[in-house]
Amino acid sequence: MLRFAVRRLLLLVPILLGLSVLVFLFVRALPGGPETALLGERATPERLAEVRETYGLNRPLPQQYLTYMGNVLQGDLGVSPTTRQPVRDEIARRFPATIELATTAVVFAVGVGIPLGFVAARRPGSWVDNASTVGSLLGISIPVFALGYLLKYVFAVKLGWLPSSGRESPTSFADHPTGFYVLDGLLTGNPSASWDALKHLVLPGIALGTIPLAFITRITRAAVLEVSNEDYVRTAEAKGLERSVVSRRHVLRNAMLPVTTVIGLQTGLLLSGAVLTESVFAFNGMGSFLASAVFDRDYAVLQGGVLFLAVVFVLVNLLVDLAYGVIDPRVRTR
Amino acid sequence: MRMHLRRRGLVAVGLAGVMALTACGGSDDSGTGASGDGEAGGTLVFGASADPVTLDPAYVSDGESLRVIRQVFEGLVTTEEGGTEVVPALAEEWENSEDGLEWTFSLRDGVTFHDGEPFDAEAVCANFDRWYGFTGLQQSSSVSYYYQTVFGGYENNESEDLSDPLYESCTAQDETTAVIRLTSPSASFLTGLTLPSFSIASPKALEEGNADQVSGNADEPRFEGTFGQEPVGTGPFEFESWEVGNRLVLSRFEDYWGEPAKLERLVFRPIAEGPARAQALQAGEIQAYDGVDPADVERLRGEGFEILERPAFNVGYIGFNVDVAPLDNLQIRQAIAHAINREALLQANYPEGSEVATQFMPPELFGHADDVPTYDYDPDRARQLIAESGVSNPTLDFWYPTDVTRPYMPDPAANFQAMQADLEAVGFTVNPNSAPWRPDYLAAAQAGSAPVHLLGWNGDFADPDNFVGTFFRTKQPAWGTLPDEIYTQLEEARTEADLDRRAELYQAANRAIMEFLPGVPYVHNKSFLVTAEGVSGLVPSPVSNEVFQNVTVSG
Repeated sequence: MLRFAVRRLLLLVPILLGLSVLVFLFVRALPGGPETALLGERATPERLAEVRETYGLNRPLPQQYLTYMGNVLQGDLGVSPTTRQPVRDEIARRFPATIELATTAVVFAVGVGIPLGFVAARRPGSWVDNASTVGSLLGISIPVFALGYLLKYVFAVKLGWLPSSGRESPTSFADHPTGFYVLDGLLTGNPSASWDALKHLVLPGIALGTIPLAFITRITRAAVLEVSNEDYVRTAEAKGLERSVVSRRHVLRNAMLPVTTVIGLQTGLLLSGAVLTESVFAFNGMGSFLASAVFDRDYAVLQGGVLFLAVVFVLVNLLVDLAYGVIDPRVRTR
Repeated sequence: MRMHLRRRGLVAVGLAGVMALTACGGSDDSGTGASGDGEAGGTLVFGASADPVTLDPAYVSDGESLRVIRQVFEGLVTTEEGGTEVVPALAEEWENSEDGLEWTFSLRDGVTFHDGEPFDAEAVCANFDRWYGFTGLQQSSSVSYYYQTVFGGYENNESEDLSDPLYESCTAQDETTAVIRLTSPSASFLTGLTLPSFSIASPKALEEGNADQVSGNADEPRFEGTFGQEPVGTGPFEFESWEVGNRLVLSRFEDYWGEPAKLERLVFRPIAEGPARAQALQAGEIQAYDGVDPADVERLRGEGFEILERPAFNVGYIGFNVDVAPLDNLQIRQAIAHAINREALLQANYPEGSEVATQFMPPELFGHADDVPTYDYDPDRARQLIAESGVSNPTLDFWYPTDVTRPYMPDPAANFQAMQADLEAVGFTVNPNSAPWRPDYLAAAQAGSAPVHLLGWNGDFADPDNFVGTFFRTKQPAWGTLPDEIYTQLEEARTEADLDRRAELYQAANRAIMEFLPGVPYVHNKSFLVTAEGVSGLVPSPVSNEVFQNVTVSG
């Protein structure tokens, strides 16, 4: 197990090196350049040249890359020319928001998706099954921003039950030692701030969790159906075990393997930021950060942010692989 | 054993999911309630489109930074509420010497900065000397854009591109008299000082906050100091806290020299997307926002929100390079002007309240002339002019930008299509060219290689030199060669000290420009603010100089 984990961690090195080259080149292939983004419509050619000079954008590409990687290895991701803050600090500020949001979405998707897929599979052809099939299709096909605005229209504007934007009420004035707002409320002895932050997570969490929910429901249903037809399930039922015990002990556990893969992949995706959800809900996470960096051609943020998220993504996948070992002992011995 | 734990874990996850679902069905919510509390003196939450870049007035030129800076800081002069005229702020009155080089400002007495330091002539001079003494990256136009616009260069220019400084010195004659000496007479100096970039900051706070430490390494400007995060001025609101992406909080400055602000607190909440701002307003989370989508105006009005129209302070125009055939022909230029149906264009592509432009600057500004030559929509006249011009089969290389909207040009492609149809109807052949706004389009337009192009300008400050002066005071490749008379008129107008005389000079220049017709100005577009019911006292300003001092919330 340990050797497995170490080998996977070592594999990160070539993956990230290759990725850093790709990101570096991709960012430079964007139309325009940071110098025009900075100077805007009043820029003269002389000014543009001057900015290229000061930002080192006129040096040869390999040299720019080596300088950059040297800094990255020292933990310095550079400074964003647009916000003028160190990229590392910006990420540290936004990533907790993304984690909170992704967690909510995963909890929603898993919490609803697995029971739903399970029930649907155990009663194929029932109304639950049909509803879950239609629901999954809808969940995958509704654009997230449309769903987001719809949810907000109903629950924030019309009913007034939940807030429509941000991570907490603009007038709550709570302290945030860690940046995880729900946790911060508990740490600072301000449970109403936690409650406030939780309420702000509900709508974006649902909007963001819908696609994973649809995937998880369908995979759970398919896996449970497949396992239900296995011989050992029939045997268990034949020897008179209660149906609920068979379901839980024999069916669900064995069906979890493919479901875990999907959950892992989806979590990785959710953690890499949710551009649309974050924009619609004015949720200040990694997604909107990177999206505005693309718009501003903010090289430093794009490079640093994408590299950071790639590491997160690879790590989450590593965790999923390790989780296999927990669920399925056969993986460990291999 | 392990299996049991696992199972229970799964149930817990399922429960949490259900809870998440029910939470949206049953909670009574206090967070979404309006925060105004129904009393004047409460809190107003304003929906901003982004966080400020920094709150050091000397370093910014973006609207969201300036909006906050306007509440915290004051300059020597400002613009009148809702207008463009220069009125006293920290200076009660001022005087320009005979030769136009010396400006004597009599300062308000009894003003203190938010940190308790006294405001006096020394403080004024410290700020002017600070800007003048900018070095290194501070001299980059991306850092001190407005300083360069008004003052040109610095004490020690580090780039040949910088012009000679307009500023020479500042002397604190006594506590309440500051004398600023210029290197040449300039009339736009005073209007330039209305810009929030020339706000007077507490010299002590500037020093303690290391405001001038813009360094790190030479490749990247880095505001090392803390002044930009904890600004100290003399304005009606003082800085309280700022959490990027969440909120920026200002509170009433109790020792303000004038009438203290009505609001106890003013909160800026960044919400980037326009529709999301609209919903936050409808849900009562914010009580006002700027940049209302024209498409939302009627709907929001219908729902009981108040729409505030900000007078147009921009101009959208079709620019010509008059050195390029057939645009070197006056009759061709006139034919284009007569061919375009500007009323119909505005009707179709602009919100209600936008105005047809007759010249290259908005009517709110002094120097705007009522008697410039105008070119009404008249296709027959256009055809006749083409015939008289002697140009057979006139062809126009017409450029428009893609992937951009500007305040004066919400949909460039739609504008282009309407104009193309109008031009072809009178016999022009139109070759469409489009390019991404940055950098290709602007580069082409500025280099003069886009003979006919759609462009415009948003006014920075209330001076005609910021409009017609920017375009036509010096020869620019974008426009080609204009008659010398126009260049000299605009240069003379820029330095003329007498305001009435200046206005006349600009009116004359506007007549000459529209006679020569280096382009066709077609629109002054309005922008909109919206406030929730119960909010009053917010006065829209053409130059976005909206101070929340008299704003109240109730209900």
